[in-house]
Amino acid sequence: MTDKPIPDFTLDARGLQCPMPILKAKKEIQKLEIGQILEVISNDPGSKEDFPRWAKRTGNELLGIFDENDFSRYFVKRLG
Amino acid sequence: MADIKRMALVVHSGTLDKAYPPLMLAVAGAASDMQVDIFFTFWGLPLLKKKGLKRAKLPGIMSLFTSMMRWRIKKCGIETLPNLLKAAVETGNVRIYACTATMDLMMVKKEQLIPEVTGFMGAAGFLDIASECDVQLFI
Repeated sequence: MTDKPIPDFTLDARGLQCPMPILKAKKEIQKLEIGQILEVISNDPGSKEDFPRWAKRTGNELLGIFDENDFSRYFVKRLG
Repeated sequence: MADIKRMALVVHSGTLDKAYPPLMLAVAGAASDMQVDIFFTFWGLPLLKKKGLKRAKLPGIMSLFTSMMRWRIKKCGIETLPNLLKAAVETGNVRIYACTATMDLMMVKKEQLIPEVTGFMGAAGFLDIASECDVQLFI
């Protein structure tokens, strides 16, 4: 397992249900500079499939998913 | 960025169970850089009336369990229908169309509809939009 990336901003999306984690992530990543990293904390089980596909679809890069006890951390680098 | 994908949705039912999926798809699509066009026709049109989304019920005899369903929806952290529509339109990627034939049929005036409605058109107009889309769904 690689080391956790260091995020430029962390979005805590716990408690939010589909499709709001994606919408909030979209809003936040647009505030970052190209090359900066957004961390999203989500406990929506759909996020496991949604974030990798969403990152690809929006022209960004998913750097990794790190599972904790009852949530996961998604690291997305803004490319587009 | 990759080419812009487009989605066309037809909402023809006014019940709670059929109002949620198109609005959730619209928000997800908009957040995924898709351009989304939604056509509200027949029993879908009353959803665009002021308080229409707020008043949507489950279909038939199930309507008795609407408040229980709303409570479950809230408990799960799912947004309300009015909030989903607002969030969709606020992205700037979602356009809402009211079916003019249905407005005639149901005697609905433009002033009775929510301000989020982008335009008014008939079947041919929306088919023109849909024919340019990558995803077309009838819900």
